[in-house]
Amino acid sequence: MSTNIIGSLSLIVWLPIFFGIVVLTIGQDGREHLVRWVSLVGSILGALVLVPVWTQFDQTKTEFQFVESIPWIDTFNINYHLGIDGLSLILILLNVVTTILVVIAGWEVITKRVSQYYASFLILSGIINGVFCSLDAMLFYVFFEATLIPMFLIIGIWGGPNRVYAAIKFFLYTLAGSLLTLVALIYLYRLSAGSFSIADFYLLPIPQSAQLLIFIALFAAFAVKIPMWPVHTWLPDAHVEAPTGGSVVLAAVMLKLGGYGFLRLSLPIVPDAARELAPLVIALSLIAIVYIGFVALIQRDMKKLIAYSSISHMGFVTLGIFIFNAEGMQGAIIQMVSHGFISAALFLCVGVLYDRIHSRQIADYGGVVNSMPKFAALFLVFAMANAGLPGTSGFVGEFFVIMGAMSNNFWFAFAAAMTLILGAAYTLWMYKRVVFGQVTSDRIADLKDVNAREFSMLLVLAFVVIGVGLYPKPFTDVIGTSVTTILELSSVSKY
Amino acid sequence: MSTMLADLGVKDTMTNMNMYLLAALAPLIGSMLTGFFGRKIGRSGSHVVAIIGVLVSLILSIKIFIDVLNGNSFNGSVYTWAVVGGVSFEVGFLIDRLSSLMMIVVTSVSLMVHVYTIGYMKDDPGYQRFFSYISLFTFAMLMLVMSNNFLQLFFGWEAVGLVSYLLIGFWYKKDSAIYANLKAFLVNRVGDFGFLLGIALVLHFAGTLDYAAVFDQSEDLSVRQIELFGGVGWSLITVICICLFIGAMGKSAQFPLHVWLPDSMEGPTPISALIHAATMVTAGIFMVARMSPLFEYSEMALSFVLIIGSITALFMGLLGLVQNDIKRVVAYSTLSQLGYMTVALGVSAYSAAMFHLMTHAFFKALLFLAAGSVIIGMHHQQDMRFMGGLRRKMPITWMVSLIGSLALIGFPFLSGFYSKDSIIETVQLSSIPGAGFAYFAVLLGVFVTALYSFRMYFLVFEGNYRGNNQSGQDVSESHHDPHESPPVVWIPLVVLAILSVFSGAISIQPILFGDYFKDVIFVLGSHDVVAQFGEHFHGWLAMGMHGFQTLPFWLAMAGVLTAWFVFYYSPKTRNKLSVFAPLIRLFEQKYFLDKFNEWFFALGARSLGDLLWKVGDQKIIDGFLVNGSAKLVAKMGTRLRRIQTGFISHYAFIMILGAFTLVTIWLFGK
Repeated sequence: MSTNIIGSLSLIVWLPIFFGIVVLTIGQDGREHLVRWVSLVGSILGALVLVPVWTQFDQTKTEFQFVESIPWIDTFNINYHLGIDGLSLILILLNVVTTILVVIAGWEVITKRVSQYYASFLILSGIINGVFCSLDAMLFYVFFEATLIPMFLIIGIWGGPNRVYAAIKFFLYTLAGSLLTLVALIYLYRLSAGSFSIADFYLLPIPQSAQLLIFIALFAAFAVKIPMWPVHTWLPDAHVEAPTGGSVVLAAVMLKLGGYGFLRLSLPIVPDAARELAPLVIALSLIAIVYIGFVALIQRDMKKLIAYSSISHMGFVTLGIFIFNAEGMQGAIIQMVSHGFISAALFLCVGVLYDRIHSRQIADYGGVVNSMPKFAALFLVFAMANAGLPGTSGFVGEFFVIMGAMSNNFWFAFAAAMTLILGAAYTLWMYKRVVFGQVTSDRIADLKDVNAREFSMLLVLAFVVIGVGLYPKPFTDVIGTSVTTILELSSVSKY
Repeated sequence: MSTMLADLGVKDTMTNMNMYLLAALAPLIGSMLTGFFGRKIGRSGSHVVAIIGVLVSLILSIKIFIDVLNGNSFNGSVYTWAVVGGVSFEVGFLIDRLSSLMMIVVTSVSLMVHVYTIGYMKDDPGYQRFFSYISLFTFAMLMLVMSNNFLQLFFGWEAVGLVSYLLIGFWYKKDSAIYANLKAFLVNRVGDFGFLLGIALVLHFAGTLDYAAVFDQSEDLSVRQIELFGGVGWSLITVICICLFIGAMGKSAQFPLHVWLPDSMEGPTPISALIHAATMVTAGIFMVARMSPLFEYSEMALSFVLIIGSITALFMGLLGLVQNDIKRVVAYSTLSQLGYMTVALGVSAYSAAMFHLMTHAFFKALLFLAAGSVIIGMHHQQDMRFMGGLRRKMPITWMVSLIGSLALIGFPFLSGFYSKDSIIETVQLSSIPGAGFAYFAVLLGVFVTALYSFRMYFLVFEGNYRGNNQSGQDVSESHHDPHESPPVVWIPLVVLAILSVFSGAISIQPILFGDYFKDVIFVLGSHDVVAQFGEHFHGWLAMGMHGFQTLPFWLAMAGVLTAWFVFYYSPKTRNKLSVFAPLIRLFEQKYFLDKFNEWFFALGARSLGDLLWKVGDQKIIDGFLVNGSAKLVAKMGTRLRRIQTGFISHYAFIMILGAFTLVTIWLFGK
């Protein structure tokens, strides 16, 4: 799109950030209403600018599309280099939709520092789009790290009572991982004789020992981010303390940065190391699926339960990526998108309850269906999706990963399929204790069912979750070429 | 001319496709209308819409059935679900003699249940929701049976499980109901776990999930091996079949995954009839019959099926003997009859299994709905100890119950006789390992079936009414005398009773010995017990007449007589039953299986989760690794503080030192 003054991808990245800054500048006291509306317009525009990109995107092309490149720091040959493939596209879609939901979710709930709250989310949304669009490793790294700042603020300012501990744990955990990434990127820059272009890294021959070190350095960042067992313990704490919107973005989008990193950097840049260490990653993924499934079962806090369920579901992503076949990788990507919608919906559901009762403890609920039937019905859709029921998006990813795992090893598939039982057990047991049964207290009896705002956002998510479950083909088609390309790149030895 | 014919052909398949789609979707439309607009269209609006949906589906099913009889089978895709790794995953229909028979069974029982529900649920606040669910169930079940591939089969499979979950927990305020629905879903998930692994194996080794394409390769698959435990090769097809059958064990409630079915009786009675007796629980039987081209190549899998089936047929029947809740007796009877069907599958008598599936659907739906009628008449009393003498008070219900019970115990000329006798005869002829045990189990099962059926019959319908002298019961309810149910309730009963009487005699010839299943069920010549049995078959009349001289008939009569003696003629003998006390306790405790599951699986999983969380996550990872490194950093911080002297010159020195180090590294790197 050379005719455009500003590139489509730049628009996708910078429009939300621009609106974030606008919201900050207009956000004096007493203007909360204006701030909300401007934020909503900003988030919707952010989604609308994706429409032409989605329609013009060529699913058959193996190269990156909508490429923009401007020199940024000439001395180190760092470029403002953007471009997308199907993988980026589908994750950007997830991000922009999530942003709209988050704006709606905070509408009446956030009354403290409204403009800063919305600005954080809008800016975060732009930065995340930046990660998904970057074709320059340094630019990628800057965006990747920059996501920490708004999220740190969101948890630290609008979070629960223990927010400072959670925010710092979140920050240090993920920062520690990603510093090693920087070292790896600088090494690659040296090795490629002065390039930070990711595409250059793809073609770069790298000796075996260096590959292993680079893989471990990248792994440190992405494994923490996604998060994998045993570096997952920051996630439940962060979720419990984060405000609803923060949990939604964290689970729906930020975790996916880890999976994206594996696919965009680890596999194509150091394919030999990735294949060599795949058994280890697979083992960790299967531990996550089974071990965390059991841990989720006994959680008493709804948010913690969903957080653990997220870790278990992310185990499918890493498993699907590291079994190196098309089913697995497609499944992993679909799982990322699907989990984005489902976890967002579940956190919104918990938010709906929390706004009314101010508790996340399962024990404080019971019999919610009696006073909130509409909510109960929608919540059930998401609970079933989380349990991987066919006909919902939750099934698609798990199905393909299990199918892919079977061509690797019967027992991989066996362990992964355990989620059929465990996922249903922890999700539906929670649902039963919260929603079904006699009304347990007056507060439950007095609950008001979802209002129009809450109903519409959950309904949209329900449509998406069921729509993807019944007809995932548009999504699998979009990412099909990316998967083939990544698999091809990672099958060639680079010694 | 040829193009014209081709055009016609295309048009033909198009209209056929529309017909299939409409048959499946009509109940879904009904379900959505009642579900989303139930308030607006009101109660009668809801049941009219739902019933029209199912009625359309039934009429089309009959039309499709006739079509199929005329040779118009269909196998084609509706839409492509996804294309991944070069494999296309489709949603499509396979309309043949097997699926069209199932469609008729499903839609006809469903229609009867829909009509019956008008009466049974008339005072329930969830009336519209109930119709929405049962119509949704009909849709899901149709998608299951009409599928032409494993993926859609799994879709339908889980969807009926979902509706079953919703319906068992229909009265969501009842603790027992919401416990039962969670249990049902989870136990079914255990089965689905195996089922999905089986599907994954099929996809991996056959490269497709399309039935026809997979079955074409079954002979090749049968010679392949798979390594499961270090170096030992297993027959691939055995592993596939056993995995798939584990799915069937969940859905069709076979031992030891049967534990959810008795508890599912917490749901309203119409769904016990529709889902937990006539249709959903037979999905596993249908599935194995559909997979006959795979199962035939694994004698070991068939043997496994046979043993599981025989255990279920006999031991679940025994539990029916000690139940006092009228619905639970019928539930255990269902388990036992599902066992009979599974036994038939195990001896490769797939057609006999399907035949029993059909007759059982009619007479078991009848027995459940009749039990429901008794429950309405008794004002929601389900305990048989407080019934008795209802024959005079509820004559229609009595009459149809008697017919249903006689059909169940296999009284000659009734439908159950033809199907059950066929199973027993084929088991006797079979030489599959385990057939001896199975023959013993199904024969003894006949006696047990007759005993619990007529125990129920005598306790409910004969003797004196015991409803008024119940102790400790809510007296306010028992003042009303039992009364016959309204016509919307008894008309479906009568229809089902007619089907229970005649459906066996008219269909045994075509289904078992004709060529009805010739193209859809595959049986190896060496396993073909049905054909051997056919050599002795001389028409339904002769078989019925001969039925009076067979061992099963006399075993059944012995059961009826025992029941008559103990529960009607001389009730005092019941006091002498204390010699069987340990046995009765074993039965009452359901072989302690529920207790074991509760302790081992439910409690065990929670303890394991607790251990992993508290020790793994909190102590080791967070306590030792994360906070440990934080402490380490803090310690280093205190040490480092000593260097922070505050003198600029010190800092400058250290900066120079650092820069020097960095430059050195840089140079060495080059």
